[in-house]
Amino acid sequence: MSKAKPKLALYWAASCGGCEIAVLAVNEKILDVAAAFDIVFWPVAVDAKVRDVEKMPDGSIDVCLFNGGIRTSEQEYMAQLLRRKSKALVAFGSCAHEGCIPGLANLNNREEIFNTVYKEGSATQPENPKNLRPLPETEVAEGTLHLPVFYDTLKTLNQTVAVDYYLPGCPPEAENILAAVTAIIEGKLPPPGSVIGKNTTVCDECPRKRNEKKIKKFHRTWEIIPDEETCLLEQGLLCCGIATRAGCGALCPAVNSPCIGCHGPNDGVLDFGARMMSALSSVIDSEDPEEINRIIQEGIPDPVGSFYRFSLAASQLRRKHRPANEKSATTK
Amino acid sequence: MSDTVFEPKILGFLCNWCSYRAADLAGIARIKYPANIRIIRVMCSGRVDPTFVLSAFAQGADGVMVAGCHPGECHYVDQNYKAMRRYAMLKQMLAQMGLEDNRLRLVWASAAEGQQLAEAIEKLVADVRELGPLNWPKSWEENGHRLEAIQNIAREHAEAMEVPQ
Repeated sequence: MSKAKPKLALYWAASCGGCEIAVLAVNEKILDVAAAFDIVFWPVAVDAKVRDVEKMPDGSIDVCLFNGGIRTSEQEYMAQLLRRKSKALVAFGSCAHEGCIPGLANLNNREEIFNTVYKEGSATQPENPKNLRPLPETEVAEGTLHLPVFYDTLKTLNQTVAVDYYLPGCPPEAENILAAVTAIIEGKLPPPGSVIGKNTTVCDECPRKRNEKKIKKFHRTWEIIPDEETCLLEQGLLCCGIATRAGCGALCPAVNSPCIGCHGPNDGVLDFGARMMSALSSVIDSEDPEEINRIIQEGIPDPVGSFYRFSLAASQLRRKHRPANEKSATTK
Repeated sequence: MSDTVFEPKILGFLCNWCSYRAADLAGIARIKYPANIRIIRVMCSGRVDPTFVLSAFAQGADGVMVAGCHPGECHYVDQNYKAMRRYAMLKQMLAQMGLEDNRLRLVWASAAEGQQLAEAIEKLVADVRELGPLNWPKSWEENGHRLEAIQNIAREHAEAMEVPQ
């Protein structure tokens, strides 16, 4: 059994599938990955079943790249299973790292999400006149059928199981994936628990000119065509580069579009949105409470969506508050 | 629910130069205010990062007070204006997250205003008491019958696929 290739697994939970495509975006280098690793489980690309994983000895997978947040009991089961079977579990991409767009549904609960999808949703409504909902248990003549339980609150991977490394990005950039995988092959990994990536902000990679920031009015992206050389934040666009971890090469600001924060918080930032609010409050150019309120209300009509677009599930508050009387109404 | 009266937990961030001294003055002058507030002294209301306020709510505070020098009287020239803007930003964000307006309050109290600070604390405690417990961490605790469901998956797989336990 000497010199066996290290075993690699990839899995997806509540995500869009972009992370899987990002892995393939390393192009022909994917062959190097395939040559260096024995891919034991990757539902998107390789035929292997969950039972194959269940039969593996614990700790037998060397690296598992896990993308997606945890929205259902089945995803939680898979997270626990792959945690047990893997030596290094990597939260791959923004969803596993901090909830990402699926985590924004933490502004609602299961009932509201089901209403949107199965009741009000234009796509399903005509076909669902009886207002049927997926139930965790259905009795049929042959016995009880089970569907996964759909959670009220999406959890990140590290709110579910212990995570060894984080690879940020929505999705992670091909070169960063390759760098991380190479580091794993060569055993040159940072200490466990760290985010594999740069420890600076997008502003450091952004080529735009920065002056003193004083903002009288925030604009939404469609309202103005920004000048191509000056800092976007100085032009009143809500650019999240100030709080976001570098590593993308300032892709969005480079094409005249503000950073939306997909790489998540830089080291030392506990709460992405809080850092954004803190920083923006410093540059609003007013000392009059009414004017301040007007600038904020007109310019940032959706603060949670703007400041926690990728990190609501990983933020300190995790979700919209649920009053006590609402919680008891949770259906099985 | 128990019959005991709800005693709200309020966290107060008071600036060193005005509001904390106002609290001191209230003490020296034997002005009473409810013990529900736990005061943390910060050098300036401008030091109160929104992270602190969110931490407080995420760890079970029922209300938060940020207090500093009156506008124009900040020991650090204009940092309390920063607090004013952060507060406005936080308020709007927290409203979207479902927090009642009365749970977070910004108060200006100079070092001479022990009485005013005590009254503001009293008012906040009364308002939060009326709202009842916040208990934010409970919001994400329950996720349906998930533990049972997860055990079911393992059991069904074991039965259907003959996986060794």
